Amino acid sequence: MAAVVDEGLTIPAPPSEPGTLETALRAGRAEGRKLLVPYVTGGLGEDWAEIVRAVADAGADAIEVGIPFSDPVMDGPVIQEASELALRAGATPVTVFDELRTIDAGVPIAVMTYYNLAFHMGLERFAESLAAAGVSAAILPDLPLEEVGPWATAADAAGVETVLLAAPTAPDDRLPVVCARARGFVYAVGLLGVTGERDALAASSLVIARRLKAVTDMPVLVGVGVSSPAQAVEVCAEADGVVIGSALMRRVLEGAGPVGAGAFIAEVRAALDDAFR
Amino acid sequence: MALAEPSSSGRFGEFGGRYVPETLVPACQELERAFRSAWGDPTFRSELDGLLADYAGRPSPLTECHRLSEELGVRVLLKREDLNHTGSHKINNVLGQALLAKRMGKTRLVAETGAGQHGVASATAAALMGMECMVYMGEVDMARQALNVFRMRLLGAEVVPAVSGSRTLKDAVNEAMRDWVATVETTHYCLGSVMGPHPYPWMVREFHTVIGVEARAQCEALLDGGVPDVVTACVGGGSNAIGIFSGFADTEAELVGVEPAGGAAVGRGVPGVVHGMKSYLMQDEFGQVQEAHSISAGLDYPGVGPEHSFLSSIGRARYEAVTDEQVVDAFQLLSRTEGIIPALEPAHALAWISRDRDLLAGRTVLLNMSGRGDKDVAQMMEILG
Ligand SMILES: Cc1ncc(COP(=O)(O)O)c(C=O)c1O
Repeated sequence: MAAVVDEGLTIPAPPSEPGTLETALRAGRAEGRKLLVPYVTGGLGEDWAEIVRAVADAGADAIEVGIPFSDPVMDGPVIQEASELALRAGATPVTVFDELRTIDAGVPIAVMTYYNLAFHMGLERFAESLAAAGVSAAILPDLPLEEVGPWATAADAAGVETVLLAAPTAPDDRLPVVCARARGFVYAVGLLGVTGERDALAASSLVIARRLKAVTDMPVLVGVGVSSPAQAVEVCAEADGVVIGSALMRRVLEGAGPVGAGAFIAEVRAALDDAFR
Repeated sequence: MALAEPSSSGRFGEFGGRYVPETLVPACQELERAFRSAWGDPTFRSELDGLLADYAGRPSPLTECHRLSEELGVRVLLKREDLNHTGSHKINNVLGQALLAKRMGKTRLVAETGAGQHGVASATAAALMGMECMVYMGEVDMARQALNVFRMRLLGAEVVPAVSGSRTLKDAVNEAMRDWVATVETTHYCLGSVMGPHPYPWMVREFHTVIGVEARAQCEALLDGGVPDVVTACVGGGSNAIGIFSGFADTEAELVGVEPAGGAAVGRGVPGVVHGMKSYLMQDEFGQVQEAHSISAGLDYPGVGPEHSFLSSIGRARYEAVTDEQVVDAFQLLSRTEGIIPALEPAHALAWISRDRDLLAGRTVLLNMSGRGDKDVAQMMEILG
C-alpha cells in the first residue's frame, strides 16, 4: 500500500523481490562475510574506471560510484574536492553513465548523487539510464523518506534499487519505516556530520547499526566517518558491513592510482575477514 | 488572495518541500512544531513585538519621495527597512528565529550570509540573547563586504570563509547546512531568507509580514484608504519581497520582484532542487547549479524562495531583471534626489522603476527599501572612481 504524505504526494510500496544489489549483499552476509562497499567519484581522473575495477578485485562486495554535483551538502572536504575536480574535468551524468556501461566490475554498482541531477534529467529517464548503464541501485542523500515517492516510482519501474539512509537523529518509530522502503541495503549514517575521515569511530556508528539491526532484516551498512581497517572491524561488531568513501578518495587524490586504491581496500577486506571468519 | 500556509509537506503549489539529508528531518519537524506553537502563543508574540519596537526600532516609516517622483514621473513611496537596527529588513526574521531557538533550548546559531546583512543581524541577535554565533560567508563576499565582516566579529560572532565552489552565497548555504548536520542537537540554523526546507520559507515569511502589515496601514493613511498601483522589491532569496507582498497580495496592486540580470532565478531558471527546496534555479544542461553574478553580494543567489516560484507560476507576481549598470545609476539617483543612500540590493528595484518609468508614468509605486548603503560605499567608491 502507498503511504500518503501530502495531497498528491505518496510513497509507493517497495518492490517485493530484491534486486541485484540486495541479492548479492544478502548472499555475502549469508556466507558469513562482512560487506565492503568502497565509494569512488565518477569522472575523477583518466583512470577512475580502473580504480572501480581495482577495488572490485580487492574484495569489494559492491561499489558506490559518485556522480559529481555542484553542491554536495552531505560531503566533507575530500569528496567535495574530488567532485569539483571531476566537474572541472568535464564529468556529467552522461559521461559517467557511458563509462559505467563499459566497466565490468563483476560486482553490483550503486550510484551516489544528489537529487537535482535526476530531477533535471527527468526521473524516468535518469532511472532508465542507470539501468541501461548496468547500475543496480541509487543513493540520493538529499532525498529523505517523505520526498522519495516520485523517484521511487521511477526507480522501481526501471528495476533500480533505492538505498535509503537512516540517521542517528531518527526517532525509533522512523527507522522501521525507512527500512521498509529501502532496497539494496540500509545506509546507516555513522555520525552527526558529513562525509570525511575521523580519528576514531564515532560511538553513534555502533548505536545506529544496533538500532537498525533490531528492526530490519535488510543488510545494514554503516557509512560516513569509517576511516580505517580497524574502524571497519570495530563497527562490524554491530553492522553487516561498511561504506568507505573519504579514506579511499583521499588516497586517490594523493595519487594512489588503481594499485594504491586496490591495496587499501584489500587491507580493509583482510582486516574484516580476519576478524569475522 | 492572501498568502496562504504551505501544504502539510511544505509546498506552495508544486514548489517547496523538504529535500534534506535524513539527519536533518527530525530537526525540521521539530522546528515546524515549535514555530507553529510559538506563533500562536501571545506571550511569544508580545515578546517579539517588544523587541521589534524597542530594539529594532519598528515601525519603520513610509517616505514619500517628492524629488525623485518628479524626476521619474512616477510617484515613489519607500518602506524604510533601511532604518531598522543593523540597517536592513533582516533583523525582523533574525529576532524571531533567535527567540524561537532560545525557546527550543538551542544555545548556538549558525547562519549564512551574502552581503553580510543577515550575518550582522544574526550576530546582533546572538549578542543580545547570549548565544554563540557562527556565520559562513563566501570568500569572495568577505572581500567585497569587509566592513560587515568586521562588524560581525565585533559583535562576537565567528566568521568562517566558504572556500568551495563559487565562494559566494550558495556555497555559504552549503557550509551552514553541513555545520547544522553535525551540530543539530545544540544548534539552530538561522536561515536568512524565504528559502531552504519547510518550514523555513513559511516561517521566515511570517516573521517579515510585519513589513507588509505596517506598509498597508501607512499606504491607506497616505492614499485615502487606497493602495499603491505597484509594490516592488528586490529578490535574492526573496524575504524582503515576500514581506511587503504579504500586505498587498489580497489587493489589486501589481507585485513586481526585481532580480539581478546575472542571478535571475525566476526569470531564467527552470525548476530544480537544491538547499532543501524545489524552486526555480539557474542550472546548466545537466542540473549543476550555476553561479550567480551581480554587483550585489546579497542577490548573488542562483535560486529563489519557493513561494516566489509559485506566485510567478500563477501569475500573481512578476519578476523583472536589471543590469549592474542600471543599479549603479539608481544608487546615485536616490542618493542625489532624496538624501537616501540605498543598499545595492534595493537599488535593483529602483533601477527597474527608473528603466520602466514610461510604462509606470503617473502611477504610485511602493518600493521596499530593504537596506541602507553604508556597507556598499567602499565598493561604489571603486566603481565610480
Ligand atoms: C539590504 C538587502 N536587501 C535584500 C537582500 C536579499 O535578500 P532577500 O531577497 O531575502 O530579501 C539582502 C541580502 O543580503 C540585503 O542585505
